[in-house]
Formats: sequence, C-alpha cells, structure tokens
Amino acid sequence: MTVLTDLTLTTAREGLRRKEFSAVELAEAHIAAVEAARPLNAFITETPEKALGEAYRSDEKLARGEGGPLEGLPIAIKDLFCVKDVLTTAGSHILDGFKPPYESTITSKLWQAGAVCLGKLNMDEFAMGSSNMTSYYGAVHNPWTRQGDNRPLVPGGSSGGSAAAVAARIALAATGTDTGGSIRQPAGFCGIVGVKPTYGRCSRWGVVAFASSLDQAGPMTRSVRDAALMLKIMCGHDPKDSTSAPMDVPDFEAALTGDVRGLRIGIPKEYRVDGMPAEIDALWQQGIDWLKSAGAVPVEISLPMTKYALPTYYIIAPAEASANLARYDGVRFGLRVPGDTLGEMYENTRAEGFGAEVKRRVLIGTYVLSAGYYDAYYLKAQRLRTLIARDFDAAFEKVDAILTPTAPSAAFALGEKMDDPLAMYLNDVFTVPVNLAGLPGMSVPAGLSADGLPLGLQVIGRAFDEATMLRVGGVLETAANFTARPKSDFGKGAA
Amino acid sequence: MSLDKATVARIATLARIKVPEADREAVGRELNKILDWVEQLSEIDTEGVAPMTSVEHLTLPMRTDAVTDGDRADEILRNAPGAAHGFFTVPKVVE
Repeated sequence: MTVLTDLTLTTAREGLRRKEFSAVELAEAHIAAVEAARPLNAFITETPEKALGEAYRSDEKLARGEGGPLEGLPIAIKDLFCVKDVLTTAGSHILDGFKPPYESTITSKLWQAGAVCLGKLNMDEFAMGSSNMTSYYGAVHNPWTRQGDNRPLVPGGSSGGSAAAVAARIALAATGTDTGGSIRQPAGFCGIVGVKPTYGRCSRWGVVAFASSLDQAGPMTRSVRDAALMLKIMCGHDPKDSTSAPMDVPDFEAALTGDVRGLRIGIPKEYRVDGMPAEIDALWQQGIDWLKSAGAVPVEISLPMTKYALPTYYIIAPAEASANLARYDGVRFGLRVPGDTLGEMYENTRAEGFGAEVKRRVLIGTYVLSAGYYDAYYLKAQRLRTLIARDFDAAFEKVDAILTPTAPSAAFALGEKMDDPLAMYLNDVFTVPVNLAGLPGMSVPAGLSADGLPLGLQVIGRAFDEATMLRVGGVLETAANFTARPKSDFGKGAA
Repeated sequence: MSLDKATVARIATLARIKVPEADREAVGRELNKILDWVEQLSEIDTEGVAPMTSVEHLTLPMRTDAVTDGDRADEILRNAPGAAHGFFTVPKVVE
C-alpha cells in the first residue's frame, strides 16, 4: 500500500489524477504526521482545519477534471511569508499575535496552483541564523542523528523548520528564503533539495524583509523534479515588488533532460578552505567524477575574492536589516512594552522583542551606516560586492555552472557554536557569495558523512539560468542515488 | 576603530534598543570582535570600484501616480497594540 507521506509532489500529483487516493486522505495523512512529529518543533502554527477545507475543495475540482499543477498537495510555509489571517511571526517575539490582513505573492501563487497549507514553519528569528537556535519559538531538531549518538542536532538555518519538515516527511514540500544560505545550508544538513533562485525571480512582496538586496524565496523538496515544479509556480514578475524581474519563466521540469554532455563545470580552487573535513573534499571530488562520467567537462576556475565574501556580507546584511527592522516599534503591530515616553516605549519594546542575534545585527548595521563610519564600512563593502560579482562574471565566461560543497560541515549538535558568532557565520562560507552576486544556487543531497549524516553539493548557475543549474542538479541526484532516511521518519506509514 | 561604552550607548539610541549601562561593555566587546574581523576588507584596494547597490542592471520601473489601494483602516488597526477612533495610539508626546 502507498504510504501517502512518503510520496513526492510529482508522484502524489499522479496518484491524485489516477484517483488512487483523495486530497482529503493525503491531507489527513500529513496532518497526523505533523502531530506525531511535534517533538521536532518544526511548526510554529499548525493549520489542520485550513488544510482539510482546502483539500476538500481540491477533491471537488479534481472530480470535475479541473485543478492547478499543485492541486491537493500538502505543503508548509516558512513563517516569514504572510498568510492572510494566520499568525506570522518571523520567529520573533516582537511579532506577537500578528495576523496579516493580506497574502504574500508567493503563497498566493501556491494556493492558486492548488497547494494545501499545513501550517507555518519554525525558523531563525528574522531569518538571522544558521542553526534555527535563534527562534523565539525554540530550537528545531534535525530528524537525522549521528550513528550511535542520540544527541539532537540542528537542522541548519534559517529555514530549519522547512528542511526538518520535508526531510521527516511531514510535508511534501516547503517554502524557504535564502539571504546568505538559508535554503541551501539547511537542505544540505537535512538531506533534501533546496533552490535559491536568481535575485528578482521570486517576488518579495509579503515576505518579512531581512536584507532586501539579498533575500530570495525558493522551494525545498525531496527531489530535483519537485523543486523544478514548485519553482516554476513561485517565479514570475510581480508589479508589487520593484526588484521583481519582468522575465518569462521557463518550464524548469522540461530542463531536466539528464543530458550534461559538453557542459563546462567550474571548480573554484578558493573553495578548498582550511580545516574543511576530508570527507567533504572527497564528496566534492565524487561530484566532479559523477558529472565527468555523464559527459560534462570540469574546469578549474578562480574566484579570488571568495575569502572577503563573508565579511562583506556581515556589513551589508546587517546594514539593510537595521533599516528594515526599524518598523518594529510597538505602534502598528506585534509586541508593545510600555514606557513613560514614546522613545522609551520604542526602546523597551525593541529590547524585549528582539533576541540577542537580531539585536547584535541591528546594532552593527546601525554602526556601519552611522555618520563617520559609512564610507569605511558600508561603502567599502559595497565596492567589495562589485568585485565579488565580477569574479563570477569572469568565471561564467568559461563555464556553464559551478560545483562546490554546500557547507563546510555536516549538521552539528544543538548548542554548539553558540558562544562565538563568527564560528556560526562560517557555515555560510560557500553560499554567501552567491547571494552577493545575485545568482541562482541549489543544494542536492549527495552522500553521508562517516557518522551517517547527509552532505550536500551546491550547483551555482548563471543569472536567470536556473534551467541549466537544475539539469546539473538532476544528474547529480541520479548519480548519488541518495536513499538514506532520517531516524525521525514519518514516511513509513501509521505505526 | 573600536567601540567604547559611550559609542555603544550612542548606537543603541540610534537603533532605539535599550542597552542597560551594565551590559554596554560586554556588547561593545562582542561587536568589536565582528568589526575586527571585517577589518580584513581593507587588504583590498577598491579605489575607483563602483559600489554595488543592486545586482540587477534594470532601472526601477515607473508606474502611474494613482491610488490603487486603501480605505482599510479597520484591517490595519486590527493588529495594533493600541488603537482608538480609527487611529494608532502612543504614549503622550505633547504636554
């Protein structure tokens, strides 16, 4: 018998079309899995009634031979996307009780396509973190644990709830957002596929802003084909986001031909960083060999500014965050902590409403934008960003895609790296340059570490060439044949 | 460049985040660690390099200057911690 929570978007879509099960049955199976998986703390808000209502309507549409490309498929939404009348927290205390009176463009498109909403997923506060440890709603547990070691591990972040939910098979897919690696690193840590599209592909309207020149939404799924399917629905021009690109969206599923013969794959030598575990280096080499035997041509490339990407990012992202987060003032929505004056009310609200990492970044951002320091820090970082983007421009004259590891380590234990923000920032060393250059990047599960944890490979594409990137990702997926399952696995059917 | 307690107090005020006197030194130390680390950017000569404000080479689109939405005061005020007579309320600002 088919275990409904073990399907993918594409196989569940087929099952619904062939009437092997109903959308309500599919939703019920996932709602039960969401409940059973509560110890993972992947959800901030569960919306089972909403899911059942939508599934019922999907069944009606399917019975009439209607329905969109995601009709009746249960997915979950990172709690950074506004969903009308559903609590939206961004993982922060300061958005207590906020129920947006409007719907984000991305979620509108997903519901329009027929997707069913299981709820809102846990995340690092305002997407600032690489472990999901900064959430006001508590840590998320990675469904994977090390062999012979039951200590809980982080799912990565900031889209940690999204990655955990998809890996544990409690949602068929999830949305994520990626400002410096927040889709790709958790996808890598949890053994799923995560795609960050080109900047401008997906509308940011209705997505709580962190760093507006870097933020992009994307799909998190259990197969490359699912990612292609969901990405096509999420992309597209939106007049409500002035940075949304007025470009046609190709059929990404059609790009998955499996044919990478003759494609030139860049291997950046600067990504062999000091102290990177040998097994990650070995997996990277394995990836190169897989693509080579599929007919692609590996080419060594140089991205000389790589080592400056993280410090550049940690000026630009906090600067933009300090401006974006100015809106949380205790007046229009969320938490208010009283004070004798208006100024005191602002200061008290923000002191109590923001967690430690968010405060740290807002203060750094305020400092680097302040009079006397703007040129030395912010302007300097913007100039470095130009040089980092030029590195990629030069590389893409010689290659069609770039292959790197997703992260310099596998998932780490809850609480590790918490005393040193800089150690935490290093998680994103391979993903941050992609955001600074605005390029598409994806993580594909490619193997297991010696202690049994998933490791991902990253494919980076040319701007607006997600199609080639996905094609390369698809070939890696086939070659890797990643069939390992996490310990917390709700795709095995009812106990 | 290094953050002392007075600078921490100044940026905390600019950021409208209360940082109690007792915490300022520790916060300064923490922020200094990050600032020392980003200092490595000075190794690169960026003279004459244009600062990047956006990865897109598009000009921002123009639209008709017309009202396209509005008249939703009730919906907007529903999320406010304090509202009265169709307005947001704040602590008294004028004596």
